[in-house]
Amino acid sequence: METESIATKKSLFRSDAMQRLMAFAALIVLFVLFSIASPNFFKFDNIVGILLATAVNGVLALGVTFVIITSGIDLSVGTVMTFSAVMTGKFITDWGLPIPVGIVGGILAGGLCGLISGTFIARMKIPPFIATLGMLYVSKGLSLVISQLMPIYFNDTPIFRQLAMGSILGAIIPGLEIPNAVLVLFAAAIIANLILTKTVLGRYTFAIGSNEEATRLSGVNVAAWKMAIYALCGLFSGLGGVLMAARLNSAQPALGSGYELDAIAAVVIGGTSLSGGEGTILGTIIGAFIMSVLVNGLRILSVPQEWQIVVTGGIVILAVYTDILRRQK
Amino acid sequence: MGDVIVQMTGIEKTFPGVHALAQCQFELRAGEVHALVGENGAGKSTLMKVLAGVYKKDAGDILYKGASVDIPNPRAAQQLGISIIHQELNLMPHLTVAQNIFIGREPRQKVRFMLDEKEINARTEQLLSMLHLNLDPRTKVAELTVAKQQMVEIAKALSFNAEVLIMDEPTASLTEAEIGELFRIIAHLRDQGVGIVYITHRLEELPRIADRVTVMRDGRYVNTSPITEVTRDQIISMMVGRTIYEAAPEVPENPSQDVMMEAKNLRRGNVLKDVSFVLKKGEILGFAGLMGAGRTDVARAIFGADSLDSGEIYVKGKLAHIKSPRDAVAHSIAYLSEDRKRYGLALGMDVEANIVLASFQKFLAWLGWVDATRTRDRAKVMVDMLAIKTPSLQQKVKFLSGGNQQKVIVGKWLTADTDILIFDEPTRGIDVGAKSEIYKLLNELVQQGKSVIMISSELPEILRMSHRIVVMCEGRITGELTNAEATPEAIMKLATQRGEIVQMETDSTKGDA
Ligand SMILES: Nc1ncnc2c1ncn2[C@@H]1O[C@H](COP(=O)(O)OP(=O)(O)OP(=O)(O)O)[C@@H](O)[C@H]1O
Ligand SMILES: [Mg+2]
Repeated sequence: METESIATKKSLFRSDAMQRLMAFAALIVLFVLFSIASPNFFKFDNIVGILLATAVNGVLALGVTFVIITSGIDLSVGTVMTFSAVMTGKFITDWGLPIPVGIVGGILAGGLCGLISGTFIARMKIPPFIATLGMLYVSKGLSLVISQLMPIYFNDTPIFRQLAMGSILGAIIPGLEIPNAVLVLFAAAIIANLILTKTVLGRYTFAIGSNEEATRLSGVNVAAWKMAIYALCGLFSGLGGVLMAARLNSAQPALGSGYELDAIAAVVIGGTSLSGGEGTILGTIIGAFIMSVLVNGLRILSVPQEWQIVVTGGIVILAVYTDILRRQK
Repeated sequence: MGDVIVQMTGIEKTFPGVHALAQCQFELRAGEVHALVGENGAGKSTLMKVLAGVYKKDAGDILYKGASVDIPNPRAAQQLGISIIHQELNLMPHLTVAQNIFIGREPRQKVRFMLDEKEINARTEQLLSMLHLNLDPRTKVAELTVAKQQMVEIAKALSFNAEVLIMDEPTASLTEAEIGELFRIIAHLRDQGVGIVYITHRLEELPRIADRVTVMRDGRYVNTSPITEVTRDQIISMMVGRTIYEAAPEVPENPSQDVMMEAKNLRRGNVLKDVSFVLKKGEILGFAGLMGAGRTDVARAIFGADSLDSGEIYVKGKLAHIKSPRDAVAHSIAYLSEDRKRYGLALGMDVEANIVLASFQKFLAWLGWVDATRTRDRAKVMVDMLAIKTPSLQQKVKFLSGGNQQKVIVGKWLTADTDILIFDEPTRGIDVGAKSEIYKLLNELVQQGKSVIMISSELPEILRMSHRIVVMCEGRITGELTNAEATPEAIMKLATQRGEIVQMETDSTKGDA
């Protein structure tokens, strides 16, 4: 009996809640530090800028969270995002399809990429690292082929840009001009959280990451669920692509490499374990914000961009290290 | 006993290099407990995995309730009403007890995609109380002891309301009380007409629980008979194909009074309360007690796996500062852990590598090259001596049968050749023949002047092997007996020393039910 109470105390300290708390505290600390260091940091416009900068990376990271909890990895989210953006451009500008159709088409294009990676991983047992590395190149190449190396602009459909950059919130509450893209991020996060914690898909995501063989022996069709999880990750990449295209008012086929690493970094900073079985959406969102606050704050302090990248790397390692320390206690 | 419910005939199964099942057959009736026995690697688990849809058979027929069936995957087996408790724990450590039990068939809400977590927990609560298990459905499995995890597996298998229930060595890591509870449940299920397959190496359990017994050897069917019509010795000789005499090995005289190691006032939280004892040179010191009495904690503390609050450890008269397993190894202490999957083996490496893993230094040649000839020779000696059943030294350990994996760990620590060996449940899941082989090796070791601490929940083993026996109860040492004084009664009395507390605990478990 007594030993059990010790165990509970320990587990409280080790719990996911603790990690989220720490990540959140880190975010607050960054906020306070930058606010003190520069009067330009804590300004409405700058905060909106941070939110907007987080939107795309945040959406990508949501999908990656699922994959990493299964103890997999997806290296293709950045280029799949670009592929989806290009497809959206193709649909809306080149083919003249209605905007909603174009958007759904773009998102589904991302989902298809994820489904294909998932099929290679689950059915043909190709390691996730390799399968998604392949998808990284394939989607990057296809973006260039389809766009014929040229950006596709949405100049005929100004409403498309408004979908991301306009502000419904500002229209309702004057002064609170937060771009829709940010709302999309939060809506996507809420949906992702619902899926992860309340649905069968979420349950099997954790189960597969915790012990894949045991999950299989319990009669769960692990291959099918894995495909679904990678497809879901692809859908989020697709959504990221649409947001990106709307924000830039164009699909830029050469953009996108490197985004996958930012997404993975956000997930890891948010306390999701690369060895699988644990992770939260809230953590990922906080992780994504930590990254953009950092970049934004350093830029305001006129730290050169090269050094911003170095600092980001340091933060990733620091975050994982504190997580390891917490587990050892 | 009811009608025949499962009839397997002519079953064939081959793995690369291993003919695991050859023309094997098995019959199960409704309402019987059918024991399945055989040496390590005889093919018991494989045969049952075929029935449970884990492995596809190469050839043969399975009749289920008289109809020929194909069982391509675990789900198909579940749908037929066949449920299995695997020999190795198969749980998701990051999920809760309830989530583990209902994995793959979670109660859903009206929207079919959504889980009904309340229902999952409520149904688990019911199930656990039926089993008299004092567990919170919301506890993460990673936080449970191995014994509790095993009980979760059992609860999970029962929750299917299966008509055929396969149990692959379910008692290997359970306490006496839990075994009693399990047997009560098994008897109850049998009365309800469930057919139960029961795999075990504890042959003494058979008369208590089984109706019939089937013996397998080398992947072949040997014999089936009612348990009342065969003796233990007959079963053993069918298992090994010859008669072996289980002569109780004499406990060798221990001429030495030199102290090899001394523990003084070890304390750690609530698990170790003032533990002191002496280990002499050339002796086997048995540690008896109920599961959870703190025996494993003593071992882990001495080995530096857990840190102590206070206390001192002397090795060969000198104070030893043991802060980590590395320090322990430097003081020539080895520890064979009870949880083989987690701490004992590099599952993805081969037999040879695992056997020499803890003692590479001894096999180094010039400039740090590993002397492959010598590691191979050494591994071969161990494989022969412990009769480890493997197609080659290069077989990956994860492909060995459960008992043979355990033998590999034993072989690893015997190779390490340290002065002090702590063996925690060394013969768990090991067949009778290999057991006596391990006992012989232990005796040889102490005759060479090494010292052994043996933790075991099997009283006969402790009584047979130990020079002295230390008994623990709730983190304290409650007594010490010489081999001559020790009887099962004396040990059990000390193991439940604090009568009132034990009484209270059994009351509270009953009360929760
Ligand atoms: N997946 C596998 N790949 C290769 N060989 C295997 C595999 N599974 C089992 N074997 C081999 O098949 C034989 C039978 O193994 P099985 O696990 O059925 O034995 P067992 O009777 O259950 O033994 P134990 O009492 O040790 O559990 C062994 O020689 C084992 O090494
Ligand atoms: Mg077995």
